[in-house]
Amino acid sequence: MTALAAEGLTRRFGGLTAVDSVSLTLSVGELHAVIGPNGAGKSTLVNLLAGELRPSAGRILLGGEDVTTWPTWRRARRGIGRSFQRTNLLRDMSAHENARLAAQAAAFGPGRWLRDAGRDAASLAEAARVLERVGLLGRADAVAGTLSHGELRLLEIAMALANRPAVLLLDEPLAGMGPEESEPVGALLRDLARDHALLLIEHDMDVVFAVADRVTVMVDGRVLEHGVPTAIRASAAVRDAYLGHGA
Amino acid sequence: MLVAGRRGSLLLALAALLVAALPLFASNYHLQLASTALVAAMFALSLQLVVGGAGMVSLGHAAFFGIGAYAIHLLPAGISIALTLPAAMALAAIAALAVGALSLRTRGFFFLMTTLAFGQMLFFVFHDTPLGGGKDGVFITRPALELFGLAWEIPRRQRAAAMLWINLGLLAAMYVGLALLMRTLFGRALLGIRGNEDRMRALGYDTRTVKLAAFVLAGALAGVAGHCQAMTEAFVTPEMLAWHHGAEALLMILLGGLGALHGPILGAFAYVGLGEASTLITERQRLVEGLVILAVVLALPRGLAGIGRGWRR
Repeated sequence: MTALAAEGLTRRFGGLTAVDSVSLTLSVGELHAVIGPNGAGKSTLVNLLAGELRPSAGRILLGGEDVTTWPTWRRARRGIGRSFQRTNLLRDMSAHENARLAAQAAAFGPGRWLRDAGRDAASLAEAARVLERVGLLGRADAVAGTLSHGELRLLEIAMALANRPAVLLLDEPLAGMGPEESEPVGALLRDLARDHALLLIEHDMDVVFAVADRVTVMVDGRVLEHGVPTAIRASAAVRDAYLGHGA
Repeated sequence: MLVAGRRGSLLLALAALLVAALPLFASNYHLQLASTALVAAMFALSLQLVVGGAGMVSLGHAAFFGIGAYAIHLLPAGISIALTLPAAMALAAIAALAVGALSLRTRGFFFLMTTLAFGQMLFFVFHDTPLGGGKDGVFITRPALELFGLAWEIPRRQRAAAMLWINLGLLAAMYVGLALLMRTLFGRALLGIRGNEDRMRALGYDTRTVKLAAFVLAGALAGVAGHCQAMTEAFVTPEMLAWHHGAEALLMILLGGLGALHGPILGAFAYVGLGEASTLITERQRLVEGLVILAVVLALPRGLAGIGRGWRR
């Protein structure tokens, strides 16, 4: 089932076309990785899908509904959870409060504004659930600013998971992690892909080829190649454009 | 934003009792001075919801204070406070809704300038049109202290004490109400917006609506403060709406502590007390005030409310 579809998505910044008529679909149960060299437009693509940026052309369908002109917060409520390339959370608050705020967003309207946050069973339970899923429940009371880098990346993912969004957009969740840290996160991503439509932006090719069901290769804002990991690994064009650089 | 814990609340309650007992031993002049501080505390506290609560610095907050004050002038003379106070709140809230809806399209420095511009527009409405009754201000009839047909007649000699108690009661109610508000889902969302608004949007919060609600509530509470000042002094002037009046409240917040809900109350009393003390020693009171505030802000980055908290860590 298609959870999120982008059709001919284009974004220009002045003379630069950062994303050039990209089309892709995300389905629940599938981990879709987007790879490409720096400046290929991967983060811009995530920002377009999440609503941080408006596309210059193209459409975005969320659960079949056209959400191209919707603001970020409305898309988030309709079922997009995202994490950021640079850790982006509330550093003065506890890990639990970060997750609880993420959970609280679900039904947050004037009718619920005056509920006591300390007794709001729904958001408390959801916060505990997402912290447990990423393995951070033991650190729930720690102030976010005091968590290790790896723990912060996990907290980012936990916040994206709140309220069971159909779509997860994870922008380099493994950035800055060592191999021993990134391995369990790879397993976590695999696990998350079972009940989410997961878009993963990642630099670490070993991780991508280990966990992805499908891979889209972007170069200069365009989709260069699209396919299963084994096909991408074998593609001469991809090797020339991208994989060759690092080797 | 920190809300005082059990010990802090106890200290605040004791301080309130002390202020309530002032009429037993203080002169009328000092009772009026205390009322000035209480009104300033209400005003600064209302602004703290916007500044410390949501992280938005507004320079137009005095406009809502002034509108609350002028509500008494605009309504028929001598009607009950049960009508004038809600009317002052409502008028200030409506003005805040209009100003907030437009200026909350901007953030940071531009929000500051937009609120300044709207505030000054409202200032000139009362300064230069017949609506306000003149640029020098007007004397007003105090609202009757009458609730559900029960009137409280106050002899002239006891008026200062009565005003003090009313102002104290309203300040206490405002503080307790805001302390409770910060514990709700709304309060937590507000703190989240203060910490990282973009993240809150990505989490699914319509942050502009939350901020607008806070801005309107803050405006209504500033209206209460303005109403109280007009009632205490039986006088309204366009200067109440002027931007430097709002800047003064920002100074009180800074002095008392940006990060604590009770900061503005401490700041307001310190500011009024400082102004009074400096007139005793010099004619250049602004100079003394400026130097003391500068010293406090440099020495206590968390303001007066931060005293005693800084060392424990």
